[in-house]
Amino acid sequence: MGSMKLHLKIWRQTGPNAAGRLVDYTADHVSPDMSFLEMLDVVNESLVKQGQDGIAFDSDCREGICGMCGLVVNGVPHGPDRGTTVCQLHMRRFKDGDTITIEPWRAKAFPVVKDLVVDRSAFDRIIAAGGYCSVNTGGAPDGNAILIPKAVADAAMDSAACIGCGACVAACKNASAHLFMSAKVSHLALMPQGQPERYRRVVAMIEQADADGFGSCSNEGECEAVCPKEIPISNIARMTREFVKAMLTSR
Amino acid sequence: MKLDAKIPGGPIAEKWDRHKFEMKLVNPANKRKYTIIVVGTGLAGGSAAASLGELGYNVLNFCIQDSPRRAHSIAAQGGINAAKNYQNDGDSIYRLFYDTVKGGDYRSREANVYRLAQLSVNIIDQCVAQGVPFAREYGGLLDNRSFGGAQVSRTFYARGQTGQQLLIGAYQSLMRQVHEKTVKLFARREMLDLVVVDGRARGIIVRNLMTGAIERYVGDAVVLATGGYGTVYYLSTNAVNSNVTAAWRAHKRGALFANPCFTQIHPTCIPVSGEHQSKLTLMSESLRNDGRVWVPKQNGDKRSPDQIPENERDYYLERKYPSFGNLVPRDVASRNAKQAADEGRGVGDSGLAVYLDFQDAIQRVGVDVVRQKYGNLFQMYQKITDEDPYRVPMRIYPAIHYTMGGLWVDYNLMSNLPGLHVLGEANFSDHGANRLGASALMQGLADGYFVIPYTIGHYLASNTLPKVTTDHDAFNEAASNAQGQINRLLSVKGKRGIREIHRELGRVMWDDVGMARSDASLRRALAEIPKLRDEFWNNVSVPGTPDNLNQSLEYAGRVADYLEFSELLALDALHRSESCGGHFREESQTPDGEALRKDDEFMYVAAWEFHGVGKPPTLHTEPLEFHEVHPSQRSYK
Repeated sequence: MGSMKLHLKIWRQTGPNAAGRLVDYTADHVSPDMSFLEMLDVVNESLVKQGQDGIAFDSDCREGICGMCGLVVNGVPHGPDRGTTVCQLHMRRFKDGDTITIEPWRAKAFPVVKDLVVDRSAFDRIIAAGGYCSVNTGGAPDGNAILIPKAVADAAMDSAACIGCGACVAACKNASAHLFMSAKVSHLALMPQGQPERYRRVVAMIEQADADGFGSCSNEGECEAVCPKEIPISNIARMTREFVKAMLTSR
Repeated sequence: MKLDAKIPGGPIAEKWDRHKFEMKLVNPANKRKYTIIVVGTGLAGGSAAASLGELGYNVLNFCIQDSPRRAHSIAAQGGINAAKNYQNDGDSIYRLFYDTVKGGDYRSREANVYRLAQLSVNIIDQCVAQGVPFAREYGGLLDNRSFGGAQVSRTFYARGQTGQQLLIGAYQSLMRQVHEKTVKLFARREMLDLVVVDGRARGIIVRNLMTGAIERYVGDAVVLATGGYGTVYYLSTNAVNSNVTAAWRAHKRGALFANPCFTQIHPTCIPVSGEHQSKLTLMSESLRNDGRVWVPKQNGDKRSPDQIPENERDYYLERKYPSFGNLVPRDVASRNAKQAADEGRGVGDSGLAVYLDFQDAIQRVGVDVVRQKYGNLFQMYQKITDEDPYRVPMRIYPAIHYTMGGLWVDYNLMSNLPGLHVLGEANFSDHGANRLGASALMQGLADGYFVIPYTIGHYLASNTLPKVTTDHDAFNEAASNAQGQINRLLSVKGKRGIREIHRELGRVMWDDVGMARSDASLRRALAEIPKLRDEFWNNVSVPGTPDNLNQSLEYAGRVADYLEFSELLALDALHRSESCGGHFREESQTPDGEALRKDDEFMYVAAWEFHGVGKPPTLHTEPLEFHEVHPSQRSYK
């Protein structure tokens, strides 16, 4: 396998209130087997050895499930591969001599902390507003006490697969959190355990998203296109129905 | 120091119930007067913080990630065990207990393991009530699969994302308590020291990773749920931010570290592709239900797998272990893969891999059923390797995955330092010398949901805790200690990369303290580690400033701790000259190459006391007694 030389344009910003800019770097000897983040590790390793501040970016599990990583690669959140987090994007996707632009998520509700790192605590606040079943530890009935048809459990799992990375917000021109919220609303609205708080939940979550400065949904579907877990926008349609029902019945 | 495990009396099946009754309670109205610090938000920490908040305690909860939902429990794929016997196949609490003690190669505490098996059934109920979308059968009942080390189907799962779904369940309960204001959440905080006042754990020092500020938090008890130390090997299946720092710094404050040499090597990981590799990715053990492990019979056979006819393949696990076959425990599967590679029968470019083949399963049940069961794992494999496992057998190889060792705790999950409780992978706990698949999630949640809410109340109700504030001398000393380490790291200004030194440490650990250890290899490691530590402190380059987000500084602090901790791990491995579970000493094996325990000499927990960097620690032992499961040579044949 050959090695590649790449030209990188990376967003550097020293702190939340500083002005940022794109800075040019060269990545030499990039192996096609590297992941995108490993390529950045190598760039950072050489910066650090020269005593320069490494490029700050978030990542943790590096297997596409924790939702911590997230970079806008050539204008696309998580880069060019469908259904893939940027930690699972591999350099074989690029060619020798390519120029790659790397930026952070951009949304009012996700302020930049430093370089490519953003603050996504607004997502936690949305879940805190109602994204749960209010059951204390202890008094749960037997796990098989309520039968759940396989199709229902499977559909709930499809929505529950959301990793909370925020790519949907980054891709949306309104910086809307609708795909994220609707995945949680759908998961719990489908499960029998979610019924008691079904309507209260959807209203509380949407109100919190508004308060945190996320935009509204204008049905353009960019969120679905970049979602690393390929969560469909049919979830948003379901959330809208849930919300309307909640409003109509004043629940 | 006498280690008292505080195991309750009475028959094993009644110990926990009896203990629950005997423990003191905190009056509901008094709970809010107590502050409990919980470090970590994984399955153990998240479930503990949520449950303690529900009870009314004032909880302060910390994590290093940007959100509690990122904790590495999320990456667990395969499932969670519970003794529900929903499959009518002969499972019981006693059988899960028995399998776990045997699987741990008789190096765990019977009473703890029995309690774990008892609580396993409550965990499933609790998670279902939270809305966790477990896999279901067509009739609507919960589905189960089988897992390594067991001959019953007791593993509950949510596709290949069981850890994710359980963690999100705990996270949602946690966020509900944040909303209720019983839990205060502190994200992007790294614990740098434990504060001990009058012999009791009373607080922590953390670094705010966004601002660099050194912050002090005081409480009536401290709960560490900070995970394992697998990244001491540099490459592991752990997340890149996983570290031993919180546990190690508690150790330096007096908490004993138990059985650090008990590390688990997972047999089914995607092989290393090059020097740049930052972590290894696990392929769930559940794949061994349908995948068949093989290598060519002939040494050095470099033909592609489809060119190797059936009679020239060695399905070595099925051959050597006919009753468990591909489902032998992890340590056995890993050692056999290494053996095949050592014999020159490894596959792939590096020769450090074996095949995991699904052709038979695809022919038997069809590609659709295989896709439904393992689709996301196959997809993950293909993304990383660029090969299609539906057509070409997967290449897999063992990698460090889990650490059974950890801070010593008694039956109440309290360390020898009063007030310091340790949960989940961070304690040495219930898995002995080898953890069975689908048992880590079970232990994390048992500790957090169902053990600590009782035992911490007992601690608080049994002790009079004087009021302490964060201007106490002990806080000043700990904060300046943390600040001092940061200043030292930044002032070295050498030429070596942090990652470079970590990688070197990892190589020493994998080569000499890895899957097979010997007196000579361990002595070699013990000679190398101090040299690397000196190299680090004399020549590392940590750029930037301490007053903002500085990932190099964070990483350097963790590597610095590993350069101390690794020495203890190797020393523990050297002292334990028997083989057991994941700890394989070449000097101690049966004629057919299985781990040979020395029960007369080593049937104890080795708990080490710190005396200073580079100074020999003191060994304390807790003898293990087996009244229920009689130790025998493990056999999976």
